[in-house]
Amino acid sequence: MSKWLEEHLPKVVLAPSFIAVLVFVYGFIIWTAWVSLTRSRLLPKYEIEGFIQYERLFAAPRWDVAMNNLFIFGTLFIVISMVLGLMLAILLDQNIRTEGAIRTIYLYPMALSMIVTGTAWKWILNPGLGLEATVQGWGLENFTFNWLVDPDKAIYTVVLAAIWQSSGFVMALFLAGLRSVDTEIIRAAQVDGIPTWRVYSAIIIPSMAPIFLSAFIVLAHLAIKSFDLVIALTGGGPGFATDLPATYMYAMAFSRGDIGQAASSAMVMMGVVFTIVVPYLYSELRAKND
Amino acid sequence: MKKSVFSAVSAVAMISASVAVAEPQAEVLHYWTSGGEAKSAAVLQKEFADNGGTWTDMPVAGGGGDAAMTALRARVLSGNAPTAVQLKGPAIQEWYEEGVLADISSVAEAEGWADVLPSSIAAHMKCEGTWCAAPVNVHRVDWIWANADVLEANGIEMPTSWDEFNAAAEKLQAAGVIPLAHGGQAWQDATVFEGVALGILGPDGFRKAFVDLDADTLTSDKMKAVFDQMRTMRGFVDENFPGRDWNLATAMVMNGEAAFQIMGDWAKGEFLAAGKVPGEDFLCASTPGDGFLYNVDSFAMFDVGGDDKKAGQELLAKLVVGKNFQKVFNLNKGSIPARTDVELDEFDSCAHLSAEDMKASSEGGSLLPSYAHGMALRGAQAGAITDVVTSHFNSDMSSDDAVQQLLTAVQNSM
Repeated sequence: MSKWLEEHLPKVVLAPSFIAVLVFVYGFIIWTAWVSLTRSRLLPKYEIEGFIQYERLFAAPRWDVAMNNLFIFGTLFIVISMVLGLMLAILLDQNIRTEGAIRTIYLYPMALSMIVTGTAWKWILNPGLGLEATVQGWGLENFTFNWLVDPDKAIYTVVLAAIWQSSGFVMALFLAGLRSVDTEIIRAAQVDGIPTWRVYSAIIIPSMAPIFLSAFIVLAHLAIKSFDLVIALTGGGPGFATDLPATYMYAMAFSRGDIGQAASSAMVMMGVVFTIVVPYLYSELRAKND
Repeated sequence: MKKSVFSAVSAVAMISASVAVAEPQAEVLHYWTSGGEAKSAAVLQKEFADNGGTWTDMPVAGGGGDAAMTALRARVLSGNAPTAVQLKGPAIQEWYEEGVLADISSVAEAEGWADVLPSSIAAHMKCEGTWCAAPVNVHRVDWIWANADVLEANGIEMPTSWDEFNAAAEKLQAAGVIPLAHGGQAWQDATVFEGVALGILGPDGFRKAFVDLDADTLTSDKMKAVFDQMRTMRGFVDENFPGRDWNLATAMVMNGEAAFQIMGDWAKGEFLAAGKVPGEDFLCASTPGDGFLYNVDSFAMFDVGGDDKKAGQELLAKLVVGKNFQKVFNLNKGSIPARTDVELDEFDSCAHLSAEDMKASSEGGSLLPSYAHGMALRGAQAGAITDVVTSHFNSDMSSDDAVQQLLTAVQNSM
């Protein structure tokens, strides 16, 4: 008995969560895929009608806006967060005295929920209440900063708020990476009289490649599933200028009673996630097998 | 002594009566959760209890009813529908098509609903000829609200045509007042849009465009004129309008920062709550043009098993359309009773105007459902139109492009 337990206990313990994941993740992915092929409106229906929902989806201008925004938001958010995070990490790595305090300050935005971040930035960026009004109040009458209410620029305010929230976290990731680089190599380089910037660009940063990949994956999935920040900051507006795929899906599923359409947009979102995650998983698994 | 015997006897009689007839039970799913609304819902709850019923309250806040509809979907899918649900407009028909609504014709006929409800509103309450929902109130959507002092100071009358409105707005702008208080949320853009559309297309055109979704009307020159007017009005709102809530826009009119607001009569509740007097501090009028756009809250009755629940449903339906509830509830909520035979003595002048216009437009055939508030079209179609309206209002899209997009969007949403 005890031998059997010893052999099977791990499996028994893991089984419930395994089954839960199987049903609630993969089961519902299949369910969503199925519904996306039907004409479901208010309630799900199960007669397959082909790709009608996908045709509707790609004909909708609002979906185009949402995908464009995802591209703009995703690219800027990931690139700027990484660059900023890396710079902060390198600066903090210079053995400064108050590192602990500064690190905490930079990490703190991560402790806020996106809703709080969005609401705070909504007030800061509102031309009538926040930054613009304040600076104009100081006497600089010509100062304008109205991105939040400009349909062409509003998506950049979402980028701004998201970077503010996440770059501290990226900094922490990179800082851990910097500290894990073998100090012997760095010392050797210093003995050879190699300038610090060369030490970073030729030795430390290349050896941190796995950290870059992790940071990228974390930021990319944050970008794709971004929802609450947009809802709190702009509500998808002005008009639907800051819609993202997730807010589009929400509108279709919960406001408009168009479940089929929502399911098809969810499937496309999942496709986007897969194109990013699958190469990562592939490289990870291959690295282990080597 | 005699008295107590009498009361004992009547108590016994009451107990036996309640044994004979199942005690009415009702589980009511609604989203009246904000201050004034919750108070209004409590009125119904009390009246239900006074008539011997047991009320199970199921309020679901959030998302303008979206959250409640999600809860409803889950309940219906699990085969356990609530007794009555706050539903409105075509959503009633959508749920009927799913085969889950009950028939309350017996109550409706006994109470003579057909005689007291305006026919176009009664039509929403019927599912293929049988009654399946009970109307609670009538909100008018095509209102224009104004600050009386601001208008007087600038020598402006309430506009009776859109040209007059534009002229007044320009004058106000020159005087440094924001002509139109507006919140840039899609549904508010749609609310203004349908007021403009009703004025320019006329009641028949409005019906063709937003009830029948007639392609020619959607792309007509008059529809272009509607978008032109929207473009003009874009110039009359202040720079900070995106994302503003409607009640903040109302506050701008109240404190004289802005002159007009186009919004349904829930805005009146804000004025009244701030102690403003209609006709003195603020003015109300229908938006320029003929017709009346209504937004009617109602309770749809779901198919439930058990005599006690059926009895609850019938009692609820009877009370909801009853004169007393229609009066008390609507006094609280700022709307007007759906039935036309309620005494309006306690209502204010704006409600009187609304009731008179409803009667006249019902007779003249211009009593029309609001598209922006989900009375005229199903969610997907109404949403498709709103997408175009809000994207036109928030960009420099031309009116020609807008009508083309309108047609494509409507066709794509089918």
